Amino acid sequence: MSVVTNTTTIGAIEAPSRRNTELLMLVFAVAISVFAYANVGLAINGSLPSGILGYGTGLALLAAVGHIVVRKFAPYADPLLLPLATLLNGIGLAIIWRLDQSPLLQQARHFAPAAPNQLMYSAVGVGLFVGVLLLLKDHRILQRYTYISMVVAMVLLIMPMFFPAVYGARIWVNIAGFTIQPGEFAKIAIAVFFSGYLMVKRDALALASRRFMGLYLPRGRDLGPILVIWAMSILILVFETDLGTSLLFFGLFVVMLYVATERTSWIVFGLVMSAVGAVGVASFEPHVQQRVNAWLAPFSKATMAQSDQVAKSLMSFGSGGTMGTGLGQGHSDLIGFAANSDFILATVGEELGLAGTMAILVIYGLIVERGVRTALAARDPFGKLLAIGLSGAFAIQVFVVAGGVMGLIPLTGMTMPFMAQGGSSVIANWALIGILIRISDTARRPAPTPAPSTDAEMTQVVRP
Amino acid sequence: MNKPLRRIAIFCGLLVVALLLRDNWLQYVQADSLNSRVENRRVEIERYAHQRGDIIVDGKAVTGSTVTKGSMYKYKRTWKDGPMWAPVTGYASQAFGATQLESLNDSILTGNDDRLFFDRTLSMFTGEKKQGGNVVTTLNADAQKAAYKGLGDKKGAVAALDPKTGAILAMASTPSYDPSTFAGNSTATDSKNYTKLKADKNEPLLNRALRQTYPPGSAFKVVTASAALENGLYDSVDTPTRSPLPWRLPLSSKDLPNEGNLPCKNATLVDALRVSCNTVFGKIGADLGDDKMRAEAEKFGFNSEQFTPTRSNASVFSKGMDKAQTALSSIGQFNTAATPLQMAMVASAVANDGTLMKPYMVDRLTAPNLDTVAKTNPEKQSEPLTKEHAQMVQKMMEAVVEKGTGGKGAIPGVTVGGKTGTAQNGVNNSGNPYAWFISYAKTDQGSPVAVAVVVEDSNASRQDISGGGLAAPIAKDVMAAVINSKK
Repeated sequence: MSVVTNTTTIGAIEAPSRRNTELLMLVFAVAISVFAYANVGLAINGSLPSGILGYGTGLALLAAVGHIVVRKFAPYADPLLLPLATLLNGIGLAIIWRLDQSPLLQQARHFAPAAPNQLMYSAVGVGLFVGVLLLLKDHRILQRYTYISMVVAMVLLIMPMFFPAVYGARIWVNIAGFTIQPGEFAKIAIAVFFSGYLMVKRDALALASRRFMGLYLPRGRDLGPILVIWAMSILILVFETDLGTSLLFFGLFVVMLYVATERTSWIVFGLVMSAVGAVGVASFEPHVQQRVNAWLAPFSKATMAQSDQVAKSLMSFGSGGTMGTGLGQGHSDLIGFAANSDFILATVGEELGLAGTMAILVIYGLIVERGVRTALAARDPFGKLLAIGLSGAFAIQVFVVAGGVMGLIPLTGMTMPFMAQGGSSVIANWALIGILIRISDTARRPAPTPAPSTDAEMTQVVRP
Repeated sequence: MNKPLRRIAIFCGLLVVALLLRDNWLQYVQADSLNSRVENRRVEIERYAHQRGDIIVDGKAVTGSTVTKGSMYKYKRTWKDGPMWAPVTGYASQAFGATQLESLNDSILTGNDDRLFFDRTLSMFTGEKKQGGNVVTTLNADAQKAAYKGLGDKKGAVAALDPKTGAILAMASTPSYDPSTFAGNSTATDSKNYTKLKADKNEPLLNRALRQTYPPGSAFKVVTASAALENGLYDSVDTPTRSPLPWRLPLSSKDLPNEGNLPCKNATLVDALRVSCNTVFGKIGADLGDDKMRAEAEKFGFNSEQFTPTRSNASVFSKGMDKAQTALSSIGQFNTAATPLQMAMVASAVANDGTLMKPYMVDRLTAPNLDTVAKTNPEKQSEPLTKEHAQMVQKMMEAVVEKGTGGKGAIPGVTVGGKTGTAQNGVNNSGNPYAWFISYAKTDQGSPVAVAVVVEDSNASRQDISGGGLAAPIAKDVMAAVINSKK
C-alpha cells in the first residue's frame, strides 16, 4: 500500500482501484472451487463428475457478473471481499455436493440433493449483491430508513415465534413451501438501525453520564433502549430457543455501542447484562441446559442419548488430523442430517484436515478484517458504524458456529456464512458483502478535485 | 471512532485466533484419542474398508470377503461351513463387532498391525491394494468335520489336542450358528438374525468347548488316579487298594454308592478305573485331602484360564473342602467343573508321558504375501505326572477301552486309552446327566491325538445316557480322522 493512502483523510492522489487484482483473485477462487469439485468426483466415483462443466461455468458466471458490476458501479471497492466470498461459496458448494453423494445421508428420509438448490440460492444471492450495488448508490441513503429497519428487524425476529419449532428451535418461517430463516436478514436490518440510531445518540450516550466507581454510568433515559435490546434478546432465547441469534444480536449491539460512544463502560455493562441473561435463562430453559451440558461433556452417556452430534463432530475433526483424509474420503456424514448445514465445518475438518480448516478460518478472518478496515476508512460515522456492525455480526456468527462445532462454546445452531447449505444464509450474506463493498467504494473513492478557482495564481517563489 | 474500531479489530482477530487454537488442539493434540474412542464408527468402517485376511485351516481358507454395495462398510465377512468353524473363528460383524480369532487377530486380518509395516510400505510402492494378513490355525479339517458331524443335533462340545505340542486339532460346539447370517449391518436381516441367536435358549453363540464348564463326573478319576500315584498313595496299579465296600463318606451317615453292583472291594487301580468305582476314587480323594488333590488338579490346568489365544473359562476344583466334599469332588461331582478343553488337556498330559503342553490354535500369522510374521512355538505348561506314573495311568485308561466302559472308543489296530464319565446334573440329579468321554490314541510314533467329548441334554432317554454310549463314538471318529489324515 502506498504512503498516500490514508485511512482517515482524503487521499491527495487517486488510489489505485485494484480491480485487476480482484479479477485475478476471482479466477483463483473459481479455479480452487472447480478443483475441489473435480477432486470429490475422482475420490468418490473415480471419474470427473458429469456436472463439472455446469458447476464450473455457473460459478465462473456468478463471479464474472459480480466482478463486472463492481468494476462498473463500485470501482474503488475493496478488492478482497468478492473473491473471498466467492471462494467460500464455491468450496461450500463442492462440499455440499460431496455430502449429497453419501449413501448414509441418501438413506435418510426426505433426502433431496442439496447442491443444485444451493447453486440456485447462490445465484439469487449474487443477484441481490448486484441489486445492492445498482440500487444503493450511496450507503448513507440507508440512514433514512433507521426506524423502518428497526420495525423490519423486530418483525423478522418475532415472526418465527408463530411457526412450529424444528429440531427444538423456532428459527424458521415456512411460507408457501419456502423456508426462510429470518434471523439471517434481521442481522442486516439491525445493523442499519443501530448505525442510524447511535449516530444520532452517540454524544448523549457518551457524554451525559455520571462517574461512579470508575465507570461512566449512563443516564436512565439513555439506558432505556439498551434494556429493551437486552430484554428482546432474552425473549428470543426463551420463546424461540435460539441461542445463536440472541447472542449475535446482543454482541452486535455491544460492539456498536462501544464504537459509537468510545466508552469502555458500555462493554462492561454489555457483558454483565449478557452474563445475567444467559445464566438466568440457562437456569430454567431445558433446551439451553442441554446445549451447555453437551458442550461440557460431549461424550457423556446422557449427552449421547439426547444428541451425539457434537461428539460425532469432534470425532470428525479428530479423524481429519493434520492433513485430512482428502475430499470425499472422510466419514463426516456420520453426523447425520445436519452435516451439510450446521456442521459443514466438520467435513472441512475431516477431509481437508487441520491445514484446510485453518485456511478456511483465516479466510473468514480476512473477510472480517477487510470489513473492519472498511469501517476505519469510511469517512462518515454512519458508514463506520454500519461497516463495523456488519463485519462484527459476521465475526460473531463465524465464531459462534465454528466454536460450537469444534466444542469451544455451546452449540447454537447457526450456519457457517456462505458454506453451509441454506438459502437465507447465502442470500443474506451476499447482501451483506454488497453493502460492505458499497461502503468501501465510497470510502476509497478519491475526493473530487476542487474546481479551479479563477483567483488562483501560481505562488511566486522568490529566490534571493 | 477509530480507537474503538482498532480494538474491535483486535477483538475479532482474537476470536479467530481462539478458533485456530481450538482447531489445533482438536486436530493435532487430541486427534489420536478422539480416533480411538469406542463411539467412533470410523474404526469399524476402517476394519471393513479393505479385503480382510483369512483364517486358514489345512491350507484352505475357511473365511472370505465379499464386496457390499450401498453401505459405508465396503467388505463383508463370509464363512465356509460357518456353523462348523464358528467356535474357532468367532464372528466379525459390521454391526455387532468381532469375537475370538476374528477379534484377537483383528489387526493382522485388517492389515493394520505394526508387524505388517514392511509389507504395507512395499505395497505402497508397488501400488497394490491394501490387504489383510492371514491367521494359520493348527486345526485339522477332517477331525473338525468328524467332531461336528458326530455331535450332530445333540448339544455338546469336542476339543482335540496334539499331546506332543498342545496344538488344538478340533474344537466343535453344538448347537452352533452361522456367522455369515449377521456379518453385515442391515437391520432387516442381520440384526434380526443376531437378536434371534441371542435370544435362543440353547445359546448357539456360546463356545461350549472353551466357555462352558460341566461337572466332569467319572472322567475326573484320571486326575484322582494321577494324584494317588504322584503322592505315593499306591506304588502299583495292579495291587489291591485296601478299599472297603460299602465305603462311608467321612463325617457322614451316608455311603458313597457305585453305579450298580461293581466288584470294587479292594479292587486294583486298573480295575477300579475300568469299571469306574466311586468308592475307590472317593476314598483316594478323602485320604489325600483337599490340598493335595487340588495341587494335582491345578498341575493339569484347573483353576486357571487358558489362552489358546482365545480365552477359556477356568475349570474348578474348590479350595477348603472337608473330606466328604473332597471325596465327592474327586469323582467329578460336587463343585468340580471342567471345560472340554480342560479334560482334553488331562488326556493329553497322560498320553504325552506326563508332560502337559500349552494348548494353542494359531500356528502362525502371515502377511498378505504369505511371509510369516509370527509363529507359535509349542510350550510346556506343567508336569502333572512323572513318565513312570503317566505310563501307569495309560495302562489304566487302555484297560477301560479294551475291556471296560469305554469299549465304543476302540479303533482297530490302534492303542486307545480313555475314560467315560456320566455326570449328575442339577439339584438331586434332576437334569439329564452329561455324557463324557476323554481319550487318546497311540501309534508307533507316539500319540497324535487326545480328545474330550461332552454331550449334554441329548434326546436319548435317561438310562441310555452314558459316556461310553454317547460320547465315545464321537471321540473314536475324531481320533480316527486324525490318524487317517497323518497317513
